[in-house]
Amino acid sequence: MMRKKLVIIGNGMAPGRVLETLLEKQPDAYDITVFNAESRVNYNRIMLSPVLSGEKAFADIIIHDEAWYESHGIQLHRGAPVTQIDRERKSVTAQSGVVTLYDHLIIATGSNPVVIPLPGHDLPGVLTYRDLDDVDAMLAAARTKKNAVVIGGGLLGLEAAAGLQAQGMNVTVLHLMPTLMERQLDPAAGYLLEKSMMERGITVITKANTHAITGDGRVEAVELDDGTEIAADIVVMAVGIRPNIKLAQECGLAVNRGIIVDDQMFTSDPDISAVGECVEHREQCYGLVAPLYEMAKVIGNRLALEPDADYQGSVTSTKLKVTGIDLFSAGDFGEAPDRDEIVYRDATRGIYKRLILKDNRIIGAVLYGDTQDGAWFFQLQKDRTDISEIRDTMIFGPAYVGGEPLNPTGAVAALPLDAEICGCNGICKSTIVNAITGKGLTSVDDVRSHTKASASCGSCTGLVEQLLALTLGDAFQADAVQPLCACTDLGHDDVRRLIIAKELKTIPQVMQDLEWKTSCGCAKCRPALNYYLIATWPGIYKDDSQSRFINERVHANIQKDGTYSVVPRMWGGMTTPDELRAIADVADKFRIPTVKVTGGQRIDLLGVKKDDLPSVWADLNAAGMVSGHAYAKGLRTVKTCVGTDWCRFGTQDSTGLGIKIEKMMWGAWTPHKVKMAVSGCPRNCAEATCKDFGVICVDSGYELHFAGAAGMHIKGTEVLCTVASEDEALEYCGATVQLYREQGRYLERIYKWADRVGVDTVRDQIVNDPARRNLLFRRFLYSQQFAQVDPWAERVAGKDWREFTPMANFSMLEAAQ
Amino acid sequence: MNTQTEKWIVVGHLNDIARRGSRCIKGPRFNIALFRTADDQIYAIEDKCPHKQGPLSQGIVHDGAVTCPLHNWVINLRTGQVVGEDEGQVRTLPVKLENGLILLNMGISLVRAA
Repeated sequence: MMRKKLVIIGNGMAPGRVLETLLEKQPDAYDITVFNAESRVNYNRIMLSPVLSGEKAFADIIIHDEAWYESHGIQLHRGAPVTQIDRERKSVTAQSGVVTLYDHLIIATGSNPVVIPLPGHDLPGVLTYRDLDDVDAMLAAARTKKNAVVIGGGLLGLEAAAGLQAQGMNVTVLHLMPTLMERQLDPAAGYLLEKSMMERGITVITKANTHAITGDGRVEAVELDDGTEIAADIVVMAVGIRPNIKLAQECGLAVNRGIIVDDQMFTSDPDISAVGECVEHREQCYGLVAPLYEMAKVIGNRLALEPDADYQGSVTSTKLKVTGIDLFSAGDFGEAPDRDEIVYRDATRGIYKRLILKDNRIIGAVLYGDTQDGAWFFQLQKDRTDISEIRDTMIFGPAYVGGEPLNPTGAVAALPLDAEICGCNGICKSTIVNAITGKGLTSVDDVRSHTKASASCGSCTGLVEQLLALTLGDAFQADAVQPLCACTDLGHDDVRRLIIAKELKTIPQVMQDLEWKTSCGCAKCRPALNYYLIATWPGIYKDDSQSRFINERVHANIQKDGTYSVVPRMWGGMTTPDELRAIADVADKFRIPTVKVTGGQRIDLLGVKKDDLPSVWADLNAAGMVSGHAYAKGLRTVKTCVGTDWCRFGTQDSTGLGIKIEKMMWGAWTPHKVKMAVSGCPRNCAEATCKDFGVICVDSGYELHFAGAAGMHIKGTEVLCTVASEDEALEYCGATVQLYREQGRYLERIYKWADRVGVDTVRDQIVNDPARRNLLFRRFLYSQQFAQVDPWAERVAGKDWREFTPMANFSMLEAAQ
Repeated sequence: MNTQTEKWIVVGHLNDIARRGSRCIKGPRFNIALFRTADDQIYAIEDKCPHKQGPLSQGIVHDGAVTCPLHNWVINLRTGQVVGEDEGQVRTLPVKLENGLILLNMGISLVRAA
């Protein structure tokens, strides 16, 4: 039986996909001839940008090589543009004169780049960005020339710009509109994109009206309407594409902007189909690959005599293929009264996400900086899914869908079986569930050892637990990890571990990477994260004062009436007449109503107005006093007795040691407050045995105590050990506090931490392991060099001045009648 | 003579308030707390917690809410409603941004006291 003759004009991605679809189902049904105007095989045109930037080679982007055509018995004419279609004879004629008959013809002539007929547009050096020839021309220019101007700040233009820049050229992008990619991005995302381009050294000029391209015999410059002249060795025009309809038009097929096709991709001649960028379907032309593939599938199936559903037109989405810039856009993102939107921004990380909703359905999405949920949003949009149930959380991605805050297993139950749970090891839900049921696993550790899920970074531990709960039901006993707060399922220890493992160095980074459920945390987690970061990355992490409780933000204690109390440091509880006079003067000058001696051997000035704080501190600083950190989750006081200086029972210089400890310890941030004391003899007048860290001096040296408390709970200290010298006492003290700083959960006092990890464990590390003790001590001293700055002096000098000044004062005004 | 002024009053610039921060305005009748959220929304509410009159301007700002510094009540900045188990309502004031300037409407025209 004679096989039917199928002829295809064009060898781009769309006809390539037609052939794949057809051959998979009917490998031998047709005699196939392909005419390719380019002298190449079929390649992935959308990957031209990585070729331009040097990240890929041409060989990497070939879809069908020569062998493929051969093995399928396809006759490929390369470098053979078709010049004529004869519908009467059902034949096509190529430039070479070859005439080929067809039973069915597919036109896939693609599109041509639009060249604006500016003066000078035909000068050598003016290029378009369409195929590998263009890329080769650009690469050649980049080797010898310096300046490139790209006209057009759309998808192609920006990819060209990034590629040329990567090849070492100075690139300027001229864009007519106020923001880049305005057809795919809203102004906010367009702005972020412009910023990213500028940051990588590409000059972007928006609202740029090009007047002319100038040069003597070849491009030398581009002139704008406002007279600006930009030097240019090459000019790349990337302002758009136009369907290539010449052949179709000449043979009398119905055309408009593109070749008109119906839902089965037939042109006005039933023996001719068209596919790709050259077609117009329901008044739409497409320039992106996804719609072309959808069209190709319809034709392929039809030719295989397994007709598929009609082509219904496509909802398109866009990704910019510039390394380091993540951008996704789909659908309609204009504003209109009947539309709603959900916006997520993270200014620090340059992340912007916006979903546009209409009648509880997504009609558009713009993602910038973090596009991993783009495919999911796009699917919801294409499926016209009613999102009212998931609306509250969907901006955070599919992981949270159905994730009622109290029922996280719902989200996991809703995930498809092939959903990836462990990103590090690529373990999907079904693998884990099968392991649980098939091997009788009952704990996260079991799952870790059998599947590797959650064994690497651990951020999916919560998901694995939920899978266990889901699969085993009541049989599963979770290791009840108390979440840090309602913003996360992770406990304090996991958060700390992940901060180190993933090297998270800002609060937004933590929230992003550990998938916080709120966009900026809450009053519980923010101070905790701020502490964990400052303790983990001394000298690197920049303290976030907005994530501190008011007392630590303004370095004074808020009182019930909104005034503050101020406690200057008195080292070891020692003071002088001059200090006392200065305190008295301050109390008088600022009409401070209450002056009180504290339990920590110092003086508290209560009832200071917030606006007065910097002036009060200035006067105290002038008398040599600094902040007593009476407000801090940090070292408060080191209480002492008078020791051998005065006391007839004193065994050591307890006052002197107390002062040394306080000078070493002050300024250190800790999970909770830390109070210390040094008593000169076992009579213990400084009450060192109910402190976080205490020293009892004895004849033979110093008995070190820790983990006491005299607050809501009263607890005597545990003895750490006895040491012989002050230096040792200092080292053991610093090391113990550092261990607490590294292991303690935020707002966990030393005694609770010691109880949790075990007093013996602490002793093992501090007393029995000198190397570890020394390392801890060194880490403590290292972090102290960044911590020992008097916060009062900083604020007297003007830091955070806005915090202490009302923004406006209308209290002297009255309401008009 | 009293000087009549507009009900919308420029009280400062967006940049006068830190992101996730707050500033206080001393008003003729009560103090007002102005908030700037992480996404640059501006809210104005009375600077007084319905629980024990804590100064809300001193709290931690998270999403569209503030946590009172005294006893951790959480107030929705847009509605003034107390969030969660507790109940209560804080007075909200209309506020708007124009070219970066913050305009506050205290519902009254102000005159200079005689």
